[in-house]
Amino acid sequence: MSVMVDESTRLIVQGITGSVGSFHTEQMIEYGTNVVGGVTPGKSGQKVHGAPVFDTVAEAVAETQCNASVIYVPPPFAADAIMEAADAGVELIVAITEGVPVQDMITVVRYLKDKNVRLLGPNCPGVISPGKCKIGIMPGHIHLPGNVGVVSRSGTLTYEAVGQLTALGIGQSTCIGIGGDPINGMNFIDALELFENDPDTEAVVMIGEIGGTAEEEAAEWVKANMSKPVAGFIAGASAPPGKRMGHAGAIISGGKGTAEEKFKAMEAAGIAVSRSPAEIGETLKKAMG
Amino acid sequence: MNIHEYQAKQIFREYGVTVPQGTPAFSVDEAVKAAEELGGELWVVKAQIHAGGRGKAGGVKLAKSLDEVREIATELLGSTLVTHQTGPEGQVVRRLYVESGVDISRELYLGMVVDRARDGVVLMASTEGGVDIEDVAEKTPEKIHKVFIDSLTGMADFQGRQVAFALGLEGKAVFKAVKFMKALYRLFVEKDASIVEINPLVVTGSGDLIALDAKVNFDDNALYRHADVEALRDVSEEDPAELEAKKHGLSYVSLDGNIGCMVNGAGLAMGTMDIISHYGGEPANFLDVGGGATKETVAEAFKIITQDEAVKVIFINIFGGIMKCDVIADGVVNAVQEVGLKVPLVVRLAGTNVELGKKILKESPFDIVSADSMADGARKAIELTQG
Repeated sequence: MSVMVDESTRLIVQGITGSVGSFHTEQMIEYGTNVVGGVTPGKSGQKVHGAPVFDTVAEAVAETQCNASVIYVPPPFAADAIMEAADAGVELIVAITEGVPVQDMITVVRYLKDKNVRLLGPNCPGVISPGKCKIGIMPGHIHLPGNVGVVSRSGTLTYEAVGQLTALGIGQSTCIGIGGDPINGMNFIDALELFENDPDTEAVVMIGEIGGTAEEEAAEWVKANMSKPVAGFIAGASAPPGKRMGHAGAIISGGKGTAEEKFKAMEAAGIAVSRSPAEIGETLKKAMG
Repeated sequence: MNIHEYQAKQIFREYGVTVPQGTPAFSVDEAVKAAEELGGELWVVKAQIHAGGRGKAGGVKLAKSLDEVREIATELLGSTLVTHQTGPEGQVVRRLYVESGVDISRELYLGMVVDRARDGVVLMASTEGGVDIEDVAEKTPEKIHKVFIDSLTGMADFQGRQVAFALGLEGKAVFKAVKFMKALYRLFVEKDASIVEINPLVVTGSGDLIALDAKVNFDDNALYRHADVEALRDVSEEDPAELEAKKHGLSYVSLDGNIGCMVNGAGLAMGTMDIISHYGGEPANFLDVGGGATKETVAEAFKIITQDEAVKVIFINIFGGIMKCDVIADGVVNAVQEVGLKVPLVVRLAGTNVELGKKILKESPFDIVSADSMADGARKAIELTQG
């Protein structure tokens, strides 16, 4: 088994006619994802890599019975695209777009509050259940089907960790990139809860980074609720305070959000900590015993 | 994006948030003229740099005559101000702000930030104005009053009254404060601010509220819809290499070490710095070439790194996902051809088309050290700094 996405996922792509959307549509189909359609306002009737294009998400839902949407539209229109998908009743929305204004995301998160919908991202690589379904931009071939869940705020650092796991012969149930923005959808705890309840996930890798307190809160949750082994890494131990390290959310401000605090919180929660990003796979292997 | 105090106060005025009378000055004569036109008998001459802690560092001074204004302006302009936020190298003062003196009865603190844990804007207020609010938060957190603002309704009057009473305001000042805070929230949302801070917010002898200082930071991701804000950018306050990188869609932060890094993705770029530090080396920079980098951006990144004279070794760490290793390898070879290679270059490639990428590097006429993993690459880079 896996969480969030599998063979039953029916995906539409918002922004499917753009160069990025079209490229990744092809990649996702190649991996085996069931892409049932796409949305670009004003471009209905076209087909992109065999997927029919609709003007609105509501039409796409009515015609394709899709249950997930991935968003590749540019930042100024991303918030609107997320809300359109939620309004149309899509259960899982994965927003890849980087650079969405914070105020837009505050509005989106507030809008989603009373709706039965899960948002992943924005500014994230997406989610993949190896061998079953890939939604996003991660390279499929580095993954291996298996029993370790991965949750991370980063993109390429997640690939690095997954690459280490695969090299050790440790497969993954599902890999979830929650994204590097300060205001987003799913957080660490949401992902950890899914993994805890998934009978086929035996252990979890959690990769955080500097900024905010999401890792500390997740560590608390692990201590109180998690029965499965967790291994963790925090990126940014060598980052100077007050400087934004690429991701909008990766900044140490007012002395808060340092890697050291997060490492300590993880250790206190019984999480197996890797202080080197090159030993995440090994650390998990040891934690699994 | 950061702006100067005098620019922040201009925005405050547009929103009806009361600030003292003041005029920016770029020369000593302008400062004296500004004071003359403001009139009165008391002025404050304030150094304008993009860093807090100016008062403690001697960048804010009272003048009781025009001669004193001239004296202070002469002293401040062109001087280097070192505050706890500038780093030891300090920041050169190029602009001044001359303000009328204010009759201060009480000093308070008012700030607004985005609360990541609650997905919205939170207002913070304290009776402990004029001091370092981070100290207050640490030592006496009970003296900071927080109000979470629902984005659906905006700041409500009752929330403003709660804060005003908690600050010990009375009578008309309560209602003035509510208006003040609501205007500030409107500014925060409409201008896509990420921080608005007034420290101190003062109550005058006659019971008025005035923002004596003003700090506003903006969300970089929203600048595309605020040409007026973008126009306030003072490039002399920013790192030229960081600005150059931004032009090419790169994310760069300069650091103090000697190993120049080029990485794809922010997380892996931080991880690369971390592993260098882990093995006892010192990264010279954070550099994320992004997910959609081309040959050209790789070449630009290479140029930016090589311009840093402290760099003794360059370490390129790429995990190719969407970005293919052969494209990166081509870009690296092109860049070396264009700008030359004065220091050793270590390259670690992994992911999509890795074999093709490694082949391109191997067949190039340049002496490029290949690494099998990020740990291997970091170790090799550190070794080469010692050679």
